[in-house]
Amino acid sequence: MAIEVRIPTILRTYTDGAKAVDASGATLEELIGDLEARHPGLRERLIDAGKLRRFVNVYLNDEDVRFLGGLGTPVADGDTVTVLPAVAGG
Amino acid sequence: MLTISRELVDLIVAHAREDHPDEACGVIAGRDGVPERYIRMENAERSPTFYRFDSMEQFRVWREMDDRDEEPVVIYHSHTATEAYPSRTDISYASEPYAHYVLYSTELDQFRSFRIVDGVVEEEEVKILDVEG
Repeated sequence: MAIEVRIPTILRTYTDGAKAVDASGATLEELIGDLEARHPGLRERLIDAGKLRRFVNVYLNDEDVRFLGGLGTPVADGDTVTVLPAVAGG
Repeated sequence: MLTISRELVDLIVAHAREDHPDEACGVIAGRDGVPERYIRMENAERSPTFYRFDSMEQFRVWREMDDRDEEPVVIYHSHTATEAYPSRTDISYASEPYAHYVLYSTELDQFRSFRIVDGVVEEEEVKILDVEG
């Protein structure tokens, strides 16, 4: 059972440069837990105090997970999860 | 050094002036570090002191760049009351280590470019190419 996770340039230091990695889980939170086991350090870049970081966008297929169920969003084999740091500033 | 065509500079400046006093933002996609395809983005914050790409628009644009083997060569935004130098928030949210961060100040008519990597800002020279005829 594999879900493809697309990793942005800035986080590829955690994936040995890989643009996409596989992970598994029934929810986004489980998926990120599995990612952390395979690529230690990634979780902290995505989650802070039990919530998705405000300036990290995570998409399930074509949807922003904030409009789905956040970390509780169900994920399934064949899905693609994309991580993109928000482009923002002042 | 950022090498960029006059046409692209003019598009950035025009967008910044149009959205003034709110901050304007966008991307120039390209390959091998050459900025080519201008993409004007929505400032989801519609604010004079902050900008943020709309998350769905960013997703579409980033996927399109991926499909075309492009990268975000330039990420630009405007400052509307201060100089064209990265603010503390610009530095803390900068997340494209290979991008040229271009700032345009509508207040001072300044066009400047920076690299922002791991919280360190380095200004770089901007070379503007004028097309003949």
